[in-house]
Order: sequence, then structure tokens, then C-alpha cells
Amino acid sequence: MPAEDRSDLLAWEIHEGTVRLAIRGRWVLSHYEALGERVPLCRAAFAQRLLVGVDTSGLEVLDTAGAARLVELLGGEHLGMLAEGGISAERQAMLDAVARAMQAGDALIPPRRPTMPVELLGTMGAGVLRFWQQFILLLGFSGLVLETLLRNILRPRGWRMTAIVAQIEQTGLDAVPIVALLTFLVGAVITFLGATILSDFGATTYTVSLVGFSFLREFAVLLVAILMAGRTASAFTAQLGSMKVNEEIDAIRVQGLSPVELLVLPRVLALQVSLPILTFVGMIAGIAGGMVVCALSLDITPQMFIDRFGRDIPVRHFLLGMAKAPVFAFLIAVIGCLQGFSVRGSAQSVGEHTTAAVVHSIFVVILLDALAALFYMEMGW
Amino acid sequence: MVEGVNGDDASIICVRELCNRFGDHVVHENLSLDVRRGEILGVVGGSGTGKSVLLRAIVGLLRPTRGRIEVLGRDLLSLPAHARSLVERRFGVLFQGGALFSSLTVIENIALPLMEHNRLPRPEAERLALMKLSLAGLPANAGTRYPSELSGGMIKRAALARALALDPDILFLDEPTAGLDPISAAAFDHLLLTLRNALGFTVFLVTHDLDSLYVLCDRVAVLARKQVLVTDTIGRVQDFPDEWIQAYFKGPRGRAARAATNGHGAAN
Repeated sequence: MPAEDRSDLLAWEIHEGTVRLAIRGRWVLSHYEALGERVPLCRAAFAQRLLVGVDTSGLEVLDTAGAARLVELLGGEHLGMLAEGGISAERQAMLDAVARAMQAGDALIPPRRPTMPVELLGTMGAGVLRFWQQFILLLGFSGLVLETLLRNILRPRGWRMTAIVAQIEQTGLDAVPIVALLTFLVGAVITFLGATILSDFGATTYTVSLVGFSFLREFAVLLVAILMAGRTASAFTAQLGSMKVNEEIDAIRVQGLSPVELLVLPRVLALQVSLPILTFVGMIAGIAGGMVVCALSLDITPQMFIDRFGRDIPVRHFLLGMAKAPVFAFLIAVIGCLQGFSVRGSAQSVGEHTTAAVVHSIFVVILLDALAALFYMEMGW
Repeated sequence: MVEGVNGDDASIICVRELCNRFGDHVVHENLSLDVRRGEILGVVGGSGTGKSVLLRAIVGLLRPTRGRIEVLGRDLLSLPAHARSLVERRFGVLFQGGALFSSLTVIENIALPLMEHNRLPRPEAERLALMKLSLAGLPANAGTRYPSELSGGMIKRAALARALALDPDILFLDEPTAGLDPISAAAFDHLLLTLRNALGFTVFLVTHDLDSLYVLCDRVAVLARKQVLVTDTIGRVQDFPDEWIQAYFKGPRGRAARAATNGHGAAN
């Protein structure tokens, strides 16, 4: 449609205090904006004058967007004039429907947005409040899971072995390659760093102790927990979240079943098995990484490495590291499931809560690890 | 208005020898169907006869196993992306579950195609969206809510408003009155008829609502045994000698709907 046609859509003729309108051409969505410019001009022209007629003989196409402009132009009171102007009964019916719809629409006042500083303060306040609420919620949910677990343990018929084994496969077995690779590389890097510094003192043999201590006590369990937070907590949230959106959780509830027992317990128990095993895999792979670097660049043969390892490092460090694994496993699983249950109705909400699950579980894991390190130190372990 | 329609000049959708198969499960076998310009075609069939599959194939969401589908004279699946988008924006589709975008408010849902395709500024688009929303029979304050906060019937009407947003040439409706109360369903029928008479668009209506079939549809197509058994006016279809059709239209519900329509003298 050429541009000059647009000004031609609406014309008016003033004659001694009376106005006559001519509606022409295509009153359609693609001209909606152009019409929006013409309509107020025209309304101003006949505001103080008497509207005596509307000619619609030149009107080619009219859709609902054009009808909206036409109603705007004429207002409810003059809409009847269109019938005299020769508009078809079908179009008149649509115009009436649109006029009624617009009347209802005008009643709505959109809520005003607050100003920037107010919004900033509001967001901050809401964030602090949310942090506290999440903490309470996590405590409550953990209690609920533990209670369900205790009740469930007494009834072996209620153990869902198939679900647990399937979850162990997904969270444990499938994660072995990535865990082993990652910890192997970190082990190699730490050994290399340690060797570089210790060689200044001529104490390269202590590299074995360095990699042994760090992996048994801290790194294996921490790396695995962070990896599980990213890999498993997010998966739990997405699984339970989309079930929630689909009203599947509600369906479980109205059938008199417990979603915690059916969905949360298998995941928590599976991670209780997977995470310690993966931690062990992480320790072995990390130490193997250290051993390879020692053999290649420090002239410490694997035989010597294992000898020194057995002599210098008491088994206590292995136990201290492993002791943290079940705690991390419980928290990661519970946070993932809790965020899944917190999803509300939309795809965006699933995304937000998946992010929250990863962030919260990594935060909790690192915080607890720091507290545990302090505690172990004070106890002199 | 439309360029290059092949074959029957009056048909806006032309399906020929369509086959759809999912694994071993054959849904359509040599199905042919014509939808004429400006008509309201009702598509009926038992559950699982592939009504929704046919709709998805026509709008190009599903690549048929075999066969040819032309909409507005073009084969959608063979068109380049841009040309296809130009054809697709002349469709309005109401999905069975509404399929509103869950992270947008109702008004934003309706305004989105207006802003994307017509480059309307947001306030203008939202104003127009509000009008469409009221047209579809929703109160204005429903516009600021998210789809998850609406009832099933409200979602249906919001989805209709979105389907109508661009004033489409073809409206595809998948069970639009299912889940609506009878008053809203009747209002829906009335609105659809008013708009069709004024705007002259074509409607492809999948429905089980016998009242809608009698009041709205110019023609009815019956899907059964992997094919379209018959496409004709409802008066002729209900007398078609087929066991399933007889059970469908002459059952207790069919009789009631027909009696009601004839009583008001509104049958087509």
C-alpha cells in the first residue's frame, strides 16, 4: 500500500458549523498507527461542530484493529450514524462488539511502576526477606524428609528400590567419568604447583603429603559436592518443577500418596549412596593425577609415592573427608527437591528455581566445608 | 487477496492423499480434505482419530509421512523460512490447552504478535490487546495476570484473543468450547459468527460440541477409519449411512442439540 493512501483514509469537510466525514480505503492493522495520528485531528475538527454524516462507501477492508480506531473516532454516541452511511449489517455488528469491548477495556487502570530508588530498596528488602524465608523453609523441609525417612525405614514394603537404583545410576554411575577426569586434572595441577614451590626448599618429596592431605580431607569431597550441586540438584529441581507445573504433584497428593515419600526419599537415599562413592572415586583419581605428575617431572616413582603415602598419611584424614560426604549429599538432594516443589506454574519459574537450587547448594556446601575445617582444627584432628 | 491458488479456486486449504504414521501406528491413510474460503468447517471424529494431528500437519508443525498440503495456495514445508513466516502470520491458532506463554501476562501474550509483526509501539499494542481480550469475553483485570493464575475457561478465551490478534485469514481452533460453561460457549459461538461475517475469515474448527456444530458450521467433516468419511452440510452429514456417524448425531446428545437448534429455527 503506497504511503499517500494513508492520509486518504480519513477526510472531513467543514461547512458552516457542520462536519461530514469520509471513511475510505483499508482500515486494517497495518494502518493502525497511521490512523492513530489522523483520528485525534479529526475529532478536534468536529468537537465543537455538528456531525451530520459519515460516508463509508469508500471503505474497502475493515478488521478489528480498524474497527477500534473507528470507534475511537466516532465514540459510542455517533456510532449509529454509520448505519445511515451505508455500512453493512455484519460490519455494524462487529463495530458494536468492538465498542462494547473497548468500554470494558477503558475501565482498567494499569498499576503504576514505582520509581527507581524505591524499587531498588524494595528489591534489596525482598532479597533479605527471601534469604531468611528460604533458610526456614529448608529447615522445615529437611525435618519433613527426615520424619518421612524414619517412618519409611520401619516399613520395608514401602522402600522403593527400583526408583532408588535408577536414581543411583543417574546421579552416581553416569557421573563417574566426569568426576574422575576433573579430580585427576585438579590433582595433577596441585602437585605441579606444590612441586614448583617445594623444590625451592629442596623438599619435593613432601609433594606426596600435599596431594594426599588435600585430596583426602578437602578437595575430593568438595569438588564432587560442587559438581553434584551443578549436575544433580538442578536435575532434581527441573524434574520435580515440571511435574509441579503439570499438576502431577497434586495428582499424587489427591491419590492419598505422599510426594515426599514417592519423589524425595528415593533421590535423597540415592545421593547418600552416590556421593560417598563418587568422593572415593575423586580421591583415587586426584591422587593418581598427583602420582603421574610426580613420576613424570619429580623423579618420584609410583612405588616410592605409594610407600611415602602409606607412611606419612594416617587413615584418619580419609575418614574426616568421607564424613562430610553424607551431609553434603543430604543437603544437595533436599535443596534440589525443595526448589522443585517451590516452582509456580510457569516455564520461567522452573528456570529461576533451577538456578536457585545450584546457587543455594554450592553456597551451603562451601559454608559447611569451612565450618567443618574450623571444627576439625579446633579438635586437633 | 491471495495469489496463485492452485486447483479449486474456492479452497483455501487443500489436503491431498495425506498419510501420517508414528512408528507402526497409522493415523491417516490417503486423507483428502478441502476447506473453502470463508467457511466454518467443523471437524469431528472419535478420540484418537487424528483431528489434532491433522491440524498440526496443516499449520506445518508436523511433517506428514506422505502427501501434499497447500494452505493459501502454497506448500508450507517447501517454502523458505521468510516466505513461510509471511504465510504463518496469517494464521491464528488456538491450541487445545491454550498454550499461552507462561512467563508473560495475558495482555503481553496478545500484544506480542502485534509488536513483533506489526512493529506497533508497546502502549498501542497493549491497548489493542485489551480490546481483543474484552472481545473474547474476559474482564479487563484478567489482562495483568499470568496464565497460571487463570481458570481453564479464562485460558481458552485468552488464547482465542491471542489467535485473533493479527486478524488472521484462517483461524484454527482445537476444541475451543471444551471446558467452557454453556453461557460462555454460546457467547463464543456468537462472537465467532459475528467476526466471521464481518471479516470473512476461514475457520478450521475441531470440536465435540454438538451445539457449536449445529449453530456455527457451514460444513462438517467426519474423520474415521484414517480418512475423511464425508464433508458436507450438517443436514446431509447426519443422514450419512455410516454406523459411527449415526451413533454420533442420532445419539441422545445429538438429538437434544438438533432439537434445540431446530426449535430456534437457526439451523444452516
